[in-house]
Amino acid sequence: MSLFRHSRRRFLQGAAGTAAALSGLLPGRPAFADEVVVGFIYVGSRDDYGYNQAHAQGAAAVKAMAGVKVDEEENVPETEAVEKSMESMINLDGATLLFPTSFGYYNPHVLKMAEKYPKVRFEHCGGLWTPKDPTNAASYFGYIDECQYLSGIVAGHTSKTGKLGFVAAKPIPQVLRNINAFTLGARSANPQAQTQVIFTGDWSMPVKEAEATNSLVDQGVDVVTCHVDGPKTVVETAARRGIWVTGYHCNQSVLAPKAYLTGAEWNWEQLYPKFVKMFMAGEPIPNFYRGGLKEGLVKPSPYGPAVGEAARKQADDAKAKLTAGGFAIFKGPLVDNRGKTVIAAGTQQGQTDPTLEKMDYLVEGVIGSTS
Amino acid sequence: MAIAIGAKLARRDARGDQLRRAAESIVIPLLALLAAMILFGIFVGVQRVNPLTLYALMYRGAFGTWFSWQNTLTRAAPLILTALCTALPAQLGMVIIGGEGAFVMGGLAATAAALALPDAAPLVVQLAMAGAGLAAGGLWIAFVGALRHYRGVNETISSLLLVYIAIALLNQLVEGPMRDPASLNKPSTHAIGTANMIGSIPGSEIHWGLAFGVIAALLAYVLVYRTSFGFAARIVGGNLRAAQAVGLAVGRLVLSLCFLGGAAAGLAGMIEIAAVQGRANANLAAGYGTTGILVAFLARHNPLAIIPVAILLGGIGASGGLIQRRLGLPDASVLVLEGIIFLMVLASDTLYGRFALFTPRER
Repeated sequence: MSLFRHSRRRFLQGAAGTAAALSGLLPGRPAFADEVVVGFIYVGSRDDYGYNQAHAQGAAAVKAMAGVKVDEEENVPETEAVEKSMESMINLDGATLLFPTSFGYYNPHVLKMAEKYPKVRFEHCGGLWTPKDPTNAASYFGYIDECQYLSGIVAGHTSKTGKLGFVAAKPIPQVLRNINAFTLGARSANPQAQTQVIFTGDWSMPVKEAEATNSLVDQGVDVVTCHVDGPKTVVETAARRGIWVTGYHCNQSVLAPKAYLTGAEWNWEQLYPKFVKMFMAGEPIPNFYRGGLKEGLVKPSPYGPAVGEAARKQADDAKAKLTAGGFAIFKGPLVDNRGKTVIAAGTQQGQTDPTLEKMDYLVEGVIGSTS
Repeated sequence: MAIAIGAKLARRDARGDQLRRAAESIVIPLLALLAAMILFGIFVGVQRVNPLTLYALMYRGAFGTWFSWQNTLTRAAPLILTALCTALPAQLGMVIIGGEGAFVMGGLAATAAALALPDAAPLVVQLAMAGAGLAAGGLWIAFVGALRHYRGVNETISSLLLVYIAIALLNQLVEGPMRDPASLNKPSTHAIGTANMIGSIPGSEIHWGLAFGVIAALLAYVLVYRTSFGFAARIVGGNLRAAQAVGLAVGRLVLSLCFLGGAAAGLAGMIEIAAVQGRANANLAAGYGTTGILVAFLARHNPLAIIPVAILLGGIGASGGLIQRRLGLPDASVLVLEGIIFLMVLASDTLYGRFALFTPRER
């Protein structure tokens, strides 16, 4: 008993000492008057080999700029928490330009904050800004399906079975567009190629992603790709099972140096410094910004060792055509996998066509269903 | 005369004992918290971060400014309600960890109620939403209680599994029958409408959920410690056989407390829709129900203690961003701190009754 009493006194002494030390120890962060604070908010961890890492790489490029201070927060859910993170960056750190990077942040959270802080600029990834929204809010996104098309070409050439696999999160327009572009690319290389799709139901479900990859391999699929937040599980599982894989979001070749063919990557390292520079110079940034290979918003990963000459040539050609502009991935006659014509012969839907943003079908050659 | 004085002294003694017990139940958790802070200080010290700098920053992020306080209280609001989902059935000795499921069902039902009344007055819609949220959450956990009482199914496991079912149901409805076709890449229901949203507590940006949470916790305290119903529940929790032997209606107690706990979490889900999100989608399952379990255990299932504990955890969450930004610590460090606090508080259970200062005086 006396032992406890003794230690209790010691505890109190310690506590008093700590309190004394705490006062006047607040680490200040003197912001220079000409220093711009740019905040980045991620929905997952910034080293996820996926969606968030791609944005963090963009943030790292901004960090390298002079006169800029970068503020980062990871694992911020799409709830009030993100509003508080934005406000905290604005109020406590003096951020004037924010990049809340997850799709679900936009409505209502970014819109609410943009109204409340009219002097702060909000650049959101993936949202659909409309003129009804505050003018200090903006949305940007990339046509990454162009890179999925290139991945499809490489996959179509490389596959020996003609069976490709796609592990997807949810049957929403963005994901369907990637699956379709990948399949159209593959079938331009091998008209017999087919893509088996498995939807896991959510953005980050490593266990289901591994199960899906394994079951695809068991069905004879020999090239797999994905559209989930962190492709790490799919890439590693594919490599372990001895099949090829094409990446998504960022470069995953370090995870599977031999099995990695190529991948569809975001190129935020190029866009973010550009936006920050425009912001610092006081130039207007478009409120609605979209772009693909041509604008440098997306890029394919460098080819892996397993990619043959024919595949490289056809993919490089397609890349050149997409970069030059005028080449449409989605053009008629296009039939979905239920036999219905979705784009009539003679018409084509260019990247900026709003119909593509509402895609609700899977093209012929895809095995799977949207519901 | 002598007898009267004796009785008075005995009363004073009894009051002193009560006071000592109360002091014990405050001091021991505080010691546990302090021990956790020291351990976590060593943990961050190893990563070359000065623990004092860290705690100073955490204080600033959680309680240092009016903005920080609002941030903390906003985060604490849903935790008070979801903690009750674990704490109320815990009076009966049940360990329910499925508050997240009741939260999701409450939010979903509240949205459905609002969408079913497109032309009603806002107050009517809000009352219908609250009713639907309370009922859906309550029935969800009452079902767990029924499985336990009538079929002997372990309530911890069944409540956990029901969380997955609730989330699957949410996704199915949001992506199917209840989907707003205009919500392209983020399947959501139609919005409940700005007019139907419940606002903030005047003079602040903290939504009314905080007030509902505090009221619910106070009511729960009165129910557990000041009514015969609560007394009966605690007897069941202390000794089920004895409770049955004296003829307590165990089944009724199980179902009612599970319903009330689930209703609290369901109300939190309703508030998340009516005060924050404005529509139901996958964001509803953000983990408030899970953190509520931690709050309930830290508060040792005392509804009154839930309020400060929820504020403490809200504060840790609120300061998490600042320590990420200023010290470059990963987000997971906040989870490490929460984990250490949890362990210390559980371990501190062995300290009760071991301090001479707090034990009843010998007469």
